Amino acid sequence: MITFSDRQLKTPKLMRPVYLVTAGQSKFDRAIPEKRTEELCIDALAMAARLIDKTPAELKRYIHSCYYGHFADHFGDQLLGEAVIHDRLGLDPLGNIGIKTGGATGGSTLWEAVKAVASGYSDCVLAMGWERMDEVPTDEGNHLISCAADKDWETPLGHIYTGYYAVMAQKYWQVFGREEESFRRTLAEISVKHHGYARFNPFAQAPMKITVEDVLKSPVVAYPLRALDCCLMSVGAACAIICDEDTAMELTKGTKNKPLRIWVAAGSHTLRPACRRHMEIPLLPHEKADQYADLGERFPGGERYPGFTGFLGARMCTYYGYRMAGIHNPMDDLDVIELHDAFTISDVQSYEDVGLRPYGEGRDYVESGDCYHTNPHTGKPGRLPSNLSGGLIGCMHAVGATGIMQTFEIALHLWNRWAELHGDPDIWKAFNRKKPDDWQDLQVKGAKRGMAISHAGVGSHVTATILMDPDHLLKPDA
Amino acid sequence: MSIFGTVVVKRGQYKIKGDFHTITPNMPIRSEDEKWHLVGVTNPRCMTYIHTYGGEAVFFENLSKGRIHGSRCDNPDCEFPGTVYLPFRIHCPDCLQRSTVVDLTEVCKTTATIHTFMVCERSGAFNTLDKPIKFINVEFEGVSTILMSYLSVGDPKIGMRVVPIFQTLEPTYTITDLSWVPEGTPSSKLPKGFTFG
Repeated sequence: MITFSDRQLKTPKLMRPVYLVTAGQSKFDRAIPEKRTEELCIDALAMAARLIDKTPAELKRYIHSCYYGHFADHFGDQLLGEAVIHDRLGLDPLGNIGIKTGGATGGSTLWEAVKAVASGYSDCVLAMGWERMDEVPTDEGNHLISCAADKDWETPLGHIYTGYYAVMAQKYWQVFGREEESFRRTLAEISVKHHGYARFNPFAQAPMKITVEDVLKSPVVAYPLRALDCCLMSVGAACAIICDEDTAMELTKGTKNKPLRIWVAAGSHTLRPACRRHMEIPLLPHEKADQYADLGERFPGGERYPGFTGFLGARMCTYYGYRMAGIHNPMDDLDVIELHDAFTISDVQSYEDVGLRPYGEGRDYVESGDCYHTNPHTGKPGRLPSNLSGGLIGCMHAVGATGIMQTFEIALHLWNRWAELHGDPDIWKAFNRKKPDDWQDLQVKGAKRGMAISHAGVGSHVTATILMDPDHLLKPDA
Repeated sequence: MSIFGTVVVKRGQYKIKGDFHTITPNMPIRSEDEKWHLVGVTNPRCMTYIHTYGGEAVFFENLSKGRIHGSRCDNPDCEFPGTVYLPFRIHCPDCLQRSTVVDLTEVCKTTATIHTFMVCERSGAFNTLDKPIKFINVEFEGVSTILMSYLSVGDPKIGMRVVPIFQTLEPTYTITDLSWVPEGTPSSKLPKGFTFG
């Protein structure tokens, strides 16, 4: 059993409003042999400057401190890569710090950047994340990722992180999935959706026009997870510029970017799923007391929380984040969302953790069509479209950059600039990628609020980054 | 002639003997796409880390003797005294008092069931287990946590009763020295090097 004090559950409060002003990203791919990591970071920063009609040099003059996220020194074989990148970006001698929280590194980098501005330490900060996963063969990459598990108790068991998710997948479908075949098809539908949306994203690494059958026939990695259930190993960089209100207004004056209010909240839970002790489910604002009292009766085996079926870290970041930003029900209050689809199963698990559906009913978010840009059952806009970037399965998982890429994607919808960047023939050409003849504009029309979930380990760190058009806040004093 | 690096502790210091790294030359990486121009170099590296188990050493030492140890918080002032942990917790996560080491071998032999499982067809580099690896998470009566391990005989199912086996003949002193088989498995079916302890 775990219990929290009221002080531990206090809703975080920023000392002043914080804004996302602009962002940028590089091409994402399995390997980019022609560019050093610094070149990818410069690509991202140059894009961020371009979106607010500035040169990189002009934008740099506003930056006061820097937050750099990258997951693994092992991958790039470069200890303290932050110092190398900082130097090459020409931001010496400004203060900078490295952030490292596994798969959540991008989200955590934004968390630190937002706190720096909220506290008054800086008026304008750079949050930059990257990963270089092409400098080792795939099996060595899998080993390095598995080193993020406990090296004595878990890593030696196969040296592959997918396995640690697969045991959760097995438990989840047997408790909540009920029927294996139909549940497997729901998972496969997620992969089809995310690879499909990646087709309309020039930055994306794995565009694919595939079917549910293709996913179900792809090679088993760790049963029940197959190759097309899994996220990508990637190279790439993404950045965001975070400012106080005055600086945000100054930087965006006369540009297409309206400064967006940003909040980031974080949660964590034991790195080893094996170490999860039972506890009561922390309730989100739209959930009711005793809502889950009969969970074990409705879903035999589901009484243990968080067990192997939920991510307490994901629940906690939204527990704090929704209350900070005034979100009552994410399905009603948000217009677009990016979830951390490391695996199809973790996507489904997250629907429940962040309250898109109650625990036990996550698959309905996919099956109802609510998660699509256009609901395949009704032909009307999806109620809360998710992962229109293609997510980690279709777009990329350059770990330190991922949470920032997701946030940039949400921001583009709120700026109504999604089609401008994703449809730009020059970007497709620059990345040597062919824009599909049936390219679709996935802009979520009228989007005012969105959220990106960044997630690490088997739920060891999770952040919720919430963006809102400042004219459409849900809570006046947020 | 090189020998594997070995380490002993003497007067509180590591004393090392043998080779702890192998020097291998860099090799050029050239682009077939771009007229074989130089792109980069390989950086080969073979290193041996010196790693302590610290307060968990008792667990790994005893696996080789066919025993499974866990820990229990015996601090009467703790919010949850008496909580038993496997995997081992050197300190109670609630009160941070040093836990009591407890022998859970009999609990493991008589109450272990599979909480969840999966069958792993691929592995990362440096894997030493035969594929497919049948990962199992094992729960025990009276233990608050669940142990990750692997099944050596048969096909796993949620709720299946299993018993521990130990690599007692040539132990590696790692978590792979512990495995599980379905209850009722005869000794003749155990993998090479493993016994019931």
